[in-house]
Amino acid sequence: MIKSDIQRLDAKRRHVNERKKQFAVAVYKQQDYPHRLNFYELPPTSEISLEDFEQWAIHRLRILAEIEACSFRNKTPQETAAHIEPLLKKYLPLSANSAAAGGVIDQRLRDEREKDHYSHFILRLAFSGTEDLRRRFARVETMLFKLRYQTDDGRERRAFVESLNFDWEMVTGDEKRQLGEQLLAATPGVKKLDEENWFRVDWTLVPELVEYRTVFLRRGQAYVPMREQTSMIMTEFTNRLEKALELTSRAPRLDEDDRLSPILNHLTKNFATPDGAYNDSDAALPGAPINASNIDSLSQHFPLCMKNLHSTLRQNSHLKHFGRLQYTFFLKGIGLSLEDCLIFWRHSFKLITDDTFNKEYKYNIRHAYGDVGGDANRRGRGYSPYSCQKILTEHPPGPGEAHGCPYRHFSIDNLTSMLQATGVNERDVLKGVKEDVEKKRYHIACNRVFEWTHKGEIKKVKDDGTWEAAELDTIVHPNAYFKRSYLLRNLGKMAGDNVRTKE
Amino acid sequence: MSHSESPPVSSPPRDNDISLPDAPPLTGEEEGGSQSTPTNEQTNGTSTGSNINLDNLFDADSSDEEALNSSAAFATSSPPESSSSQNPPSSSLPTATAPLPGTTSAGGGAGAKYTDPQIMSQFYTRLFPFRTLFHWLNHSPKPSPSFSNREFAFTLSNDAYLRYQSYPTADLLRKDILRLIPSRFEIGPVYTANPRDRKTLRKSTAFRPLAKEVVFDIDLTDYDDIRTCCDKANICLKCWSFVTMSIKVVDAALREDFGFEHIMWVYSGRRGAHAWISDKVAREMDDEMRKALAGYLEVIKGGAQGGKRVNVKRPLHPHLVRSLALLRPYFQTVILEDQDPFESEKGAERLLSLLPDPALVAALRKKWDAAPGRSSNRKWADIDALAATGVSKTLDTKKLQEAKQDILLEYTYPRLDVEVSKKRIHLLKSPFVVHPGTGRVCVPITGNASTNPKEVESFDPLSVPTVTELLAQVDAYKSATSGADGDIMDGFVADGLSKVRKLLDWEKTDLKGYVERFDAFVKEVLRAEARGKREREEDGEGVHGVNGPDGMEF
Repeated sequence: MIKSDIQRLDAKRRHVNERKKQFAVAVYKQQDYPHRLNFYELPPTSEISLEDFEQWAIHRLRILAEIEACSFRNKTPQETAAHIEPLLKKYLPLSANSAAAGGVIDQRLRDEREKDHYSHFILRLAFSGTEDLRRRFARVETMLFKLRYQTDDGRERRAFVESLNFDWEMVTGDEKRQLGEQLLAATPGVKKLDEENWFRVDWTLVPELVEYRTVFLRRGQAYVPMREQTSMIMTEFTNRLEKALELTSRAPRLDEDDRLSPILNHLTKNFATPDGAYNDSDAALPGAPINASNIDSLSQHFPLCMKNLHSTLRQNSHLKHFGRLQYTFFLKGIGLSLEDCLIFWRHSFKLITDDTFNKEYKYNIRHAYGDVGGDANRRGRGYSPYSCQKILTEHPPGPGEAHGCPYRHFSIDNLTSMLQATGVNERDVLKGVKEDVEKKRYHIACNRVFEWTHKGEIKKVKDDGTWEAAELDTIVHPNAYFKRSYLLRNLGKMAGDNVRTKE
Repeated sequence: MSHSESPPVSSPPRDNDISLPDAPPLTGEEEGGSQSTPTNEQTNGTSTGSNINLDNLFDADSSDEEALNSSAAFATSSPPESSSSQNPPSSSLPTATAPLPGTTSAGGGAGAKYTDPQIMSQFYTRLFPFRTLFHWLNHSPKPSPSFSNREFAFTLSNDAYLRYQSYPTADLLRKDILRLIPSRFEIGPVYTANPRDRKTLRKSTAFRPLAKEVVFDIDLTDYDDIRTCCDKANICLKCWSFVTMSIKVVDAALREDFGFEHIMWVYSGRRGAHAWISDKVAREMDDEMRKALAGYLEVIKGGAQGGKRVNVKRPLHPHLVRSLALLRPYFQTVILEDQDPFESEKGAERLLSLLPDPALVAALRKKWDAAPGRSSNRKWADIDALAATGVSKTLDTKKLQEAKQDILLEYTYPRLDVEVSKKRIHLLKSPFVVHPGTGRVCVPITGNASTNPKEVESFDPLSVPTVTELLAQVDAYKSATSGADGDIMDGFVADGLSKVRKLLDWEKTDLKGYVERFDAFVKEVLRAEARGKREREEDGEGVHGVNGPDGMEF
């Protein structure tokens, strides 16, 4: 509420000086881009050709799509940076002031910055349409900004930060000494007080630092070390961008413009999720007997996360909320019908009465299938099965919960014993899994297990050439795991090529 | 809400088929005058004696059928002696039979009883503090969108769930609650528009949550792997200590680290506690900030398979240093002595799995295997004792001390249900609602845990009054006073203006202290709100107030 108030005041203020406005010239000043980085506060105002419009946007989109793909594959920031670096050079170069002769901003720098600026705003137009697009766009733009921020020259970065005019209060020497011990204890990586300086802000400006307890808090004020500026600037960047996107979405439609809207539509489609999202081809296994009674035998094809849910369900005759959610969506994804799903859960929850089941669980299952709920839910046929990305990043399991990804949420000992229990006992594989998990490449670990389990079949289809390489790509969705596993095990048994995956 | 598995302890068998003779659905003021005479007669007619009480029982039975709503039935069925201290076999209010101290009183049969619409109707009519609730949620005496755009959600007696209800004023809320007689209701966020109009809004984004108190939920079921005294829905004073220490730790962090001031802790009616933070900044926090706050306070992570649950960085964050200091005494008494979790083989094995040094672990295991049944206290002491003897050459004493700190945290640190705290749209049961399973009222534990640590420490969930006890107390009060002074003195009290004011029904019961606690808390909230508003206005005019308006009255 406060925020919108501030905005309104700001907008008013713009009109305050009526006299000035009266004589203002309607020609926009060409922006001169003093810094390499840009917070994209001001929209571009000069004219560009349609070709540039499209070309620049496509170039930026390529970068963004790559960044998003890196995050889906759980690449570390270093790996991502290494991967993106050459692409950035090619499509969206952005040089530091020092790159120009004598540090004077020359035409080349200006062109680069202009392209960066314009392409950003063109994509804003394209991706402000839906909430989902806005969120994704803001996320990847922030990642791009962060990449550039980190590679920026120290001095220029400082100049850029100063130009942003944040309200940050330095902690004085006295206060620093007084709180010394606590500051050091709360700030990981700093051993001596002299090494670091702190500034004080409202804690709500650094939620990320607060969440991971890497900042000292006192009465609502966070004592942030200088080097955490990055995190704050990123938060600020995201916030401003999200707000701006929201405003863009409310702008009048560009429908009448028959030059821009086709381009924008095209761009929007190209930002379709590169992977991770669920599509119907991940599911349909025509002819496969999938019903409530043979989930037990099908569970041999489940990825470890679902095997874990299944065995927990069998052990306790119950699963907690997020476990039910994750498992129901998955079952829905493998093609279990709503009726069968209800039967399955009813039989699985042996310890409760029909009454309790109907009252407390049935609705949620039906909701997952889009059988009940709001109009949007019903039209969208309920929820999509969770991708690995979602399972890895959202709702880590708490006490007594069995959802999540075992590779990520189990301790290595428990993970190993679970793998052994499911028949993975070759030492090399287990060792590989351990290394993957230590490097936080959970899906690689999962794929490693998959490949080991199906090594015979995979070799066969490769040798026969019946499967294309793309069909053996890294699995990033539990339902893709199931489908591929099922198809490989039933090679030749299924009704020919028409059931094969097309991913 | 799962039903308790504990057996009904003290309810006589006849409870099941006697329903409460209804009080006339009138407000307290009307009852006094019209009923004083029959009550009086009744009092005269029945002197103390068990046989008479038996007669009463039959009276009540028959009057049940004939005249549920008549005031006469109400009066005749009020046994004169059923004050809480004497506790005779009360005939008219069978459900009021007090549970024996130290037991949980929620039986399957009793569960249905507490949500009896007639009982609930009386409870809402006579005891529920609607006015204070309104002030609390509205933050100002004058009705505002903070209240009118606030979602209420009702669970009706047929278990239907009614969401997105909203009311312009406290009176309308009260009226609708009396009409619907929900078995419980929950409080949601303030939305951008009136929740009732949400479908008429053109854009779905126009309806979104704006503000809500930040809430925390502690539930003892999350402690099932470390509590040895009870499990599931049952609680006793021993395991309530888990809640007590959680409150202290969370409350300290919220005040000292985040600077919140208006934190009310409320008993959830069965086996947990809720925190409601009503500071203006807290209410307006967005979901990301809430997630950060919850993450800051969350230490125990990982499911049953997660191995070590506490993974904290060294040096310890000041919040954890403070928490350890608060929790250490509790670990000694509550964990090692009361819960004794390492006594069992399984518990001991868990303890060993959390210790770092294999040689030390082997030595401890050998020692404990040799003497089974060793208490947790001695096993805990054994760790240091054995480490000092040098059984392990590779022992890293610093690591061991850190592991011991981690264990202490795992067994004592608050286990919050963080999902509740992370989103504004999450609904939470309102204070002063009756828990349908136990009949206990969700009373505030404290309005300020830092200044009144006693209130937290001495809070006994088992002595929280149940709805039926409270209703019996109202009746008992009536009969007691009218028995003494005839029909005029039914609960009047002289207020500050030397006028005689009629006593409200809740003031005649054990609920009094709790409502007053709620009142005091809400008053603080309103005071801070008014102060904030004035400062904002002054800021707007460029005049900065210097004097603190502490003397402000309402």
